[in-house]
Amino acid sequence: MRRAMNIVPGRGTRVLLAMLPFALLAFVYVLGSAERRAANPDDKLLPPLSQMAATMTRMATEPDKRTGSIVLWADTSASLQRLGLGLGFATLTGLVLGLALGILPLVRGTFAPLVGVISMIPPMALLPILFIVFGLGEVSKVVLIVIGIAPFLVRDLAMTVGAIPIEQMVKAQTLGASTWQTVLRVALPQAMPRLIEALRLSLGPAFLFLISAEAIAAENGLGYRIFLVRRYLAMDVILPYVAWITLLAFLFDFALARIARKGFPWAYVGERV
Amino acid sequence: MAALSMPFAAAEAAPKKEFNIAWTIYVGWMPWAYAAENGIVRKWADKYGITIDVTQINDYVESINQYTAGKFDGVTLTNMDALTIPAAGGVDTTALIIGDFSNGNDGIVAKKAKDIKGLKGESINLVELSVSHYLLARALDKSSMAEKDVKVVNTSDADMVAAFKSADVSTVVTWNPLLAEVKAEPGVSLVFNSSQIPGEIIDMLGVNTATLKDNPDFGKALVGIWYETLALVVDQSEKGKAVRTELGKLSGTDLAGYDAQLAATKLFATPKEAVEFTTSAALPKTMDLVRTFSFDHGLLGDGAKSKDAVGMQFPSGEILGNKANVKLRFDASFMKLAADGKL
Repeated sequence: MRRAMNIVPGRGTRVLLAMLPFALLAFVYVLGSAERRAANPDDKLLPPLSQMAATMTRMATEPDKRTGSIVLWADTSASLQRLGLGLGFATLTGLVLGLALGILPLVRGTFAPLVGVISMIPPMALLPILFIVFGLGEVSKVVLIVIGIAPFLVRDLAMTVGAIPIEQMVKAQTLGASTWQTVLRVALPQAMPRLIEALRLSLGPAFLFLISAEAIAAENGLGYRIFLVRRYLAMDVILPYVAWITLLAFLFDFALARIARKGFPWAYVGERV
Repeated sequence: MAALSMPFAAAEAAPKKEFNIAWTIYVGWMPWAYAAENGIVRKWADKYGITIDVTQINDYVESINQYTAGKFDGVTLTNMDALTIPAAGGVDTTALIIGDFSNGNDGIVAKKAKDIKGLKGESINLVELSVSHYLLARALDKSSMAEKDVKVVNTSDADMVAAFKSADVSTVVTWNPLLAEVKAEPGVSLVFNSSQIPGEIIDMLGVNTATLKDNPDFGKALVGIWYETLALVVDQSEKGKAVRTELGKLSGTDLAGYDAQLAATKLFATPKEAVEFTTSAALPKTMDLVRTFSFDHGLLGDGAKSKDAVGMQFPSGEILGNKANVKLRFDASFMKLAADGKL
């Protein structure tokens, strides 16, 4: 008999199967929305899909009365800029510090405990201090993302580099490599795919810190809009915004996965479908 | 599915015995805490053979959203939020108890500007779309300025005090007890406060109209609880002092702090005063200002084509806005029962 674990769906079937849970969720939503609206036609909690589509079309095409900008794109570009800066700084920190901690025992001995302790500080608890040090502007929003995810990237990379077999290090040295050359030719190539994987895992927290920062003080951004319209329960804005954020995060994740597989195919040879 | 729609159905159900109201920390709403903890709620609920649960919610907007979703039968809120959240969301709400109006409890504090004119071009941190935003709009209006003359930055109330200490924040609009905190910073000036627009920022208890209609005893019990408690709060003897000390403690301050907030609040100590205010001709005028602000800021929802979208009814029977869509009702009849001693 064929075992369940050996039944592998074909490409077309896989797409269909993947759609099924989404269709089911949408169906449950439409039913719930219709039921609430039967009791109260002005219900704001579960607006119908048509209303969400209309609201989003307006937000994506018409300039805002108060600011004159087109809200959805203004919010998206503001948020992506913060996110990009935050992720960029965090990745750079992760790479540089991670390599240094992983390769140099002297650096590891000095800074590993500090990084370990810093990574345990909940960044949200530091917010009032961040405001006073960095102000309420863009800097504190970017810094929140950086201190939120950089310690994780540093530790993860340091562990990966630290786990490179000692034989490789010895061999590089017997072939005459300096520390710098060992970093560049032995550690860095092996660290890169892992760094990208860690970055993928950090996307969720990065968005979380972005939205939190924007909820606290902002004039634009995806998180700002959600917390603003929450004041009058405009779920017709909130739900599409959440879907949009999810889509953005998904696209980033997808892009990073592709980059990793294209750039470092050897790291993925053992991967199952 | 049942879970999604049930709360609403519950709010619509005919005579019931158990009721829930939600309140949040604010000087004018603290009496609910005292009433719940000292058996006054229990006493009046027993009198009418019902039970009333009084729940404190930490997040003000969340408490109103929960009420709008049908999880509570009543909630403490301001006149503006009552219009823009439950009423605009189709939940017919009755202002059962008009408790007080802000008479200095909300204010604009600036580090540089000495008056409203001086705010031109400044960034102003406030909770957007809240009564603070309304206060700013009214202040600018009174100085013949408009919102486009300043830059509004949405800032959460929880972080307002820390925000004000940051160098790039020059002006904030907020309410007590946060207002007292920022006002105490050296060198700052209070450029406007709610005592300059008396009677416009009203704090009240809103209840679901359908629930109230089916269960008038619920309304009677609430009014009974409120005025019995209020008599203790405004009492000038040692007994009243002890009550206010407890309320101060419950709201994170002390007797002096609570008394200071109370001084900036026009509390309607007796039902007679509240009835007079609710039936006065000034109230429809105030609500017209509030609905104009709300519509201009998109708070009446996408479906709203004009400020008339949501109808409001006043004790005289006068209706402001769409008569076919009355969702906010100011009802003085229950407070009148208390004034006449008929509870």
